[in-house]
Amino acid sequence: MSARASSVAARAAEAVAASLVPAILALVATGLLLVILGHDPLEFYGDMLDRGLLEWPGFQESVIRMAPLLLIAAGLIVAFRANLWNLGADGQFLLGAAFAAGLAPTLVDTLGATLTLVAVMAIAAVVGALWTVIPAVLRAWYGVNEIITTLMMSFIGIAVANVLVKGPFRTDTGGVARTDTLPLDDRLPLLGDTQINAGIIIAVLAILAVHLVMTRTSVGLRLRVLGENPRAAQHAGLHTGRLTVCAFMASGALIALAGAVEILGIWGSFRADFNPSFGLIVIPLVFLARLHAIGSALFVAAFAVIQIGGESAARKSEVSSDILLALVGLMLLFMAVTEYLRTRRPTAVGAG
Amino acid sequence: MAARGPTAPEPAFASRLGLDLQQSTNHCLVALRGITKSFPGVVANDRIDLDVHAGEVHALLGENGAGKSTLISILAGMYRPDEGEILIEGRAQEIDSPRAAIELGIGTVYQHLTLVPTLSVLENLMLGIGSQGARLDLGAARDRFDELAKVLGVSFDPDATVAGLALGQRQQVEIMKALWRRSRVLVLDEPTSMLTPQDYDELRHYLERLKGQGLAIVLITHKLHEAIEMGDRVSILRSGRKVGSLEPDAVAGRSADELRGQIVRIMFGDETPEVESAVELSGAEAPREARPARGPVVLSVTDVELAGDPQEVGLRGVSLELHAGEVTGIAGVDGNGQRELAEVIAGQRRPDSGNVFLGDEDATRLGVAERQQRGLRYVTDDRLGEGTVAGFDVAMNSVLKRIGEAPFWSHGRVNRAEIDRYANQLVEDYDVRTPDVYARVATLSGGNIQKLVLARELAFSPKVVVFNKPTHGLDVRTAEFVRDTITRLASEGVAALVISTEIDELITLCDRIAVMSRGVVTGVVDNAPGAEERVGELMVAR
Repeated sequence: MSARASSVAARAAEAVAASLVPAILALVATGLLLVILGHDPLEFYGDMLDRGLLEWPGFQESVIRMAPLLLIAAGLIVAFRANLWNLGADGQFLLGAAFAAGLAPTLVDTLGATLTLVAVMAIAAVVGALWTVIPAVLRAWYGVNEIITTLMMSFIGIAVANVLVKGPFRTDTGGVARTDTLPLDDRLPLLGDTQINAGIIIAVLAILAVHLVMTRTSVGLRLRVLGENPRAAQHAGLHTGRLTVCAFMASGALIALAGAVEILGIWGSFRADFNPSFGLIVIPLVFLARLHAIGSALFVAAFAVIQIGGESAARKSEVSSDILLALVGLMLLFMAVTEYLRTRRPTAVGAG
Repeated sequence: MAARGPTAPEPAFASRLGLDLQQSTNHCLVALRGITKSFPGVVANDRIDLDVHAGEVHALLGENGAGKSTLISILAGMYRPDEGEILIEGRAQEIDSPRAAIELGIGTVYQHLTLVPTLSVLENLMLGIGSQGARLDLGAARDRFDELAKVLGVSFDPDATVAGLALGQRQQVEIMKALWRRSRVLVLDEPTSMLTPQDYDELRHYLERLKGQGLAIVLITHKLHEAIEMGDRVSILRSGRKVGSLEPDAVAGRSADELRGQIVRIMFGDETPEVESAVELSGAEAPREARPARGPVVLSVTDVELAGDPQEVGLRGVSLELHAGEVTGIAGVDGNGQRELAEVIAGQRRPDSGNVFLGDEDATRLGVAERQQRGLRYVTDDRLGEGTVAGFDVAMNSVLKRIGEAPFWSHGRVNRAEIDRYANQLVEDYDVRTPDVYARVATLSGGNIQKLVLARELAFSPKVVVFNKPTHGLDVRTAEFVRDTITRLASEGVAALVISTEIDELITLCDRIAVMSRGVVTGVVDNAPGAEERVGELMVAR
């Protein structure tokens, strides 16, 4: 094994361990919680696994759920790796969804299904990218904390999405405010005989692309330099302002694309006040994977199984499905603890 | 506190000054016995014995990494020794916290000043009190300030904000702060590192006064001449061990040259001739080789003005010319605009007005990368803060300023094999000690990081290189390597600008020395005999 390979392998092994340990501890702690609540944790986890992964309908559900989560993860990684905290995923997601739902049913009459799908996803991505421009510019050239601005823009984005759905995009038919519905046949194609739509393909390609860009290209390296040490980026002559805006826009575009895929693949229409809050769920997952794209994909997959299977298992054993949120929360908590213990371990201290 | 002994010098005076003294001289206040402290991979202190006597300056001499700072951290209660004991007035004591050290009468002045710049002198002094209730007793504090000012023989306004004080004065405030709680032992860690020659004379003067008051002083230094000039007793540390010491009767009455020879023998034994140049002797002894006639101007800075950030002095009307094959020095106390100037030259920031020319070309609007292409390099003083990305490996850091450039990248795709080959070459050429080029930079020592940064900046035939404090914090061998590298570059026709706070270093290296004070170049001195004094005068000029 070459020096580089062994050095990389050692670091990878450590990273995997550091990601898995908190996940396992969280499963144990949630198991204890289930025992306290009077349930059999093994039975619960067994049901969760059955209904989220092993049984065919549950498996399909889980894969379908993965598509938007993966795209959001891809978007978050681009920004987080550059040390830019885009916490406005929900706003970007819903704007993408709203534009997709508002435009697709109309466009499909003139453009046909395929072109419509492509055009609508592109429009959603552009909208998502543009929505990040204000926080990006404020951060890049005025040093305004993007955590606050992206959160604020998220609230506005959610509101704007609903204004669109209740206003210009609203369908003529009565009932709850919603957009027109994209006919089933015009939605993202299904894979073979399954219920799984092509969204998962788009998502997997996106996360692979992010992985390759971050690890193999000069653009990705520039973003990582910016993320690891912004002063070094300045020192090395990187155009930090331009990089910041690019990272933000790519992030927003991918997250809005997730919204479009969710609409074009599953719902076909945007009902007012629709908000699955995927953004906040994915953030802990990408952190657990230490912003590694492939690792994030594995955590997203595991989470999709937990969510789909867990909801079903919770219904069966009459536990509140909030237990699943507790599970994810505990993972983060244990991650913080293991991280603390890991870094506290004494490293070489200079003498003198 | 212990009762005052009958033989205290001028007991009434001493008590009026609030210095609790027991006896006059030769009274051992602090004794370290067999102090050992190790960190993973390093034994920082190995069975060190040290006696600190009242009325004496005990100079602790050693190069960076010799274990001096660890030893004083133990005295100051920052670290606890693994083994050994500390006797205060003959009684074994545990110094388990900085507070305990203060209560035992040990006051420490650290190398980096710890005052709050926005507060007044008096407020800063009172910060250290803490335990005396919520109300600030300003009246008592003023009295205490007057006492200490009298002891040190200094005078300045206790209500002045610290930000407005000169560095020498700030250090005096630090010393007052260390003595505030009636310390009997004063520990000074590299107290001269930020001082002008005039400040240095003043420091010597008031250390004499404090000695006269019966204080015990521990002086940490890596400069031989300081140990000789100020120490009554000298202990020499090397690689964590005390390799020798000179008792007061061995120091008194001997000439500086005799002492120097003796200490160098203690430090290096028989290897003296080879490594003598590695010790910072008193400075400009080694005559520089005369360089051939001046080359053409390759970089000029004209009338540069820069407002700077709020905590910076900025630049006011700075002009400078660098000739090919010459080493130009920038002397000055830290924080007088040197970093701003370096960054303006490097292209990391734009001046508000004025120009930077590379040869004949106006480079003022060019970025870092474009200037690099034209042969300009900047070796930053902040190696970990901006010079490298600590989490990246050695290989990636070696191409940090060439991201996306051939042959390391083609069409945006990384050519890892080429980067590795290149990094291995740099590591070999500059003797960077690292397990391999895949080790993260964070795991390297400061000296090796500096070598890596040098290797990176000096690759691809530079024409002009700006060095910002290139030997700061390095062990003497690496420092020597860096200085040799700079001299070699100049002999190859490169124009070098060396920013340093160490006048000795500039005298050894430079052909001309420009002096900066408060964002202004106060003068340029040709490096000829007497230059040191002239530079010192210019450092305090307005």
